[in-house]
Amino acid sequence: MLQDVLKHKSTWTALILFIVMLLLPPFIPRFYTYILTVIFVTALFAMSLNMLVGHGGLFQFHHAAFYGVGAYTAALVFTKTSLPFWVGFLAGPLAAAIAGLIIGLFCVRLSNLYFGMLQISLGSLIWAITFRWYSLTHGDDGIHGIPVPDLIASQKGSYYFILIVLGICLILMYMVHKSPFGSTLQAVRDNPERCEAVGVNVRRHKLSAIVIATFFAGVAGVLFVVLERSVFPDLLFWVLSLEIFIMCLLGGWFTFGGPILGAAVIVSLRTFVGAYTEYWTLILGVILILLIFFLPEGLVSLIPKIFKIGTKPKDGEDELNAGG
Amino acid sequence: MLEVESLRKSFGDFTAVSEANLTVDKGQLVAVIGPNGAGKTTLFNLITGQLHPDAGQVVFNGQDICRLPPYQICRKGIARSFQIANTYPRLTVFRNVQVAVFSQMKMSRRLFYPANRIAVKETEQILQQVGLQDKADHIAGSLSHGDKRVLEIAIALGNDPELLILDEPTAGMSPEETRATMALIKHLADSRGLTFLFCEHDMKLVFDIAESIMVMQSGKTIIQDSPVVVRSNQQVQEAYLGRE
Repeated sequence: MLQDVLKHKSTWTALILFIVMLLLPPFIPRFYTYILTVIFVTALFAMSLNMLVGHGGLFQFHHAAFYGVGAYTAALVFTKTSLPFWVGFLAGPLAAAIAGLIIGLFCVRLSNLYFGMLQISLGSLIWAITFRWYSLTHGDDGIHGIPVPDLIASQKGSYYFILIVLGICLILMYMVHKSPFGSTLQAVRDNPERCEAVGVNVRRHKLSAIVIATFFAGVAGVLFVVLERSVFPDLLFWVLSLEIFIMCLLGGWFTFGGPILGAAVIVSLRTFVGAYTEYWTLILGVILILLIFFLPEGLVSLIPKIFKIGTKPKDGEDELNAGG
Repeated sequence: MLEVESLRKSFGDFTAVSEANLTVDKGQLVAVIGPNGAGKTTLFNLITGQLHPDAGQVVFNGQDICRLPPYQICRKGIARSFQIANTYPRLTVFRNVQVAVFSQMKMSRRLFYPANRIAVKETEQILQQVGLQDKADHIAGSLSHGDKRVLEIAIALGNDPELLILDEPTAGMSPEETRATMALIKHLADSRGLTFLFCEHDMKLVFDIAESIMVMQSGKTIIQDSPVVVRSNQQVQEAYLGRE
């Protein structure tokens, strides 16, 4: 497998990017280190959604619910129990995956927009519970000052920790993407009826994809806790889901690495343009309109054009593995 | 091998299939003919589980498969193609077929093993058989209409079926493509010992290659017999052939 992967240019690009990111912190201001960490967490979150939206054709409109479940579960384990760090770190993604399984069980019975509508309502239910259950979650106040181990509590420590976890998750996601499971998932996206007719249990396949994707959303949620050491109900609010959805579209939802680029662009816009004007979403809106007209495949499709690489990737649509 | 008995299906007030009977023996090339709206596609959808009948029976290898979902019927050994080109447009030709082979090998759910290493030989073989090997790396959505139809047959072969059901495999094809496709079907029947059930509009071709022909009209089976008998049947001539 390794030999196959090393043949691709995109693997080397990803590897070089990863090493650059590892070496970067001593040379850049603290603020930029922080922004990069935010991008890493957001990128993982967007990647987990894209597994469903871009590769599975499932309109998971309220993905933030699982990000929030991951973050809150970890936060509760860290604050309310004296269990070691890794227990909380695993509990977050597992809780998110279980929530994904339960909600998915209902949603996979429907298709397309109906799937999306049910998903957004059930996801909002989790938000409502989190918002109202004051004795457990402190409602609107959220939980703050969550303790994490000293090693990853410092800004640099959390940077490296999050970067490495992101790297591992991306490798795992890439393997899933390139596996028979991933190929079949893309086939389900393209034509569920046909898939059913070649012997694929489409519902079960979708459900498995949802469980995997929500697991990774949970990982992103725990990374958020490591970074910010606080949780609040906005983590599960549908506005965040929409933002993540836009990242997938912006970066290129039929590609593997596109959402990373989408996350980087949107987080940067929010940070740097948001510093000048509240109306940074206006600029985002204009970018989106231009994108729909001129780059329906997303920003990633620009890269081959800029570098004049052959425009037809060998393995169809998904050789790009940008970022890391 | 396949036994369809007094199958009935209505959509609201409209009865698409009212009394369909069909027998397919192992190794046979069976054609279903009938005017547009006779219920041929509905019949195929009833057999492969896309639709569930209101009454009647579909027995495959001694088993009633009537109420099974499509994926289970496929696993019993019936593969099919669709009337409208039904492929995975964003995947390569190779992947289109490979996904079916994964399913056949019960590997669709393998997570951490590269897909490029599994089922490669089987997939290449199928592409070779249908003559798509040179286009293996093309995106399915970019193929010509004729190639898409052939790819459909290739996908169905990926399941290594006993019975292959083709719903108008040559719809929209040029005369040359039609002949080539029919030759391919005949070749597959001979070389792989496959059983075929198909419907087709070109009467000359049907009477040339089919070993048994079932004639449908307004949802009813008029007759099923050998081409010679069907051709001379009074009712068939009035109902169908007479119009040509």
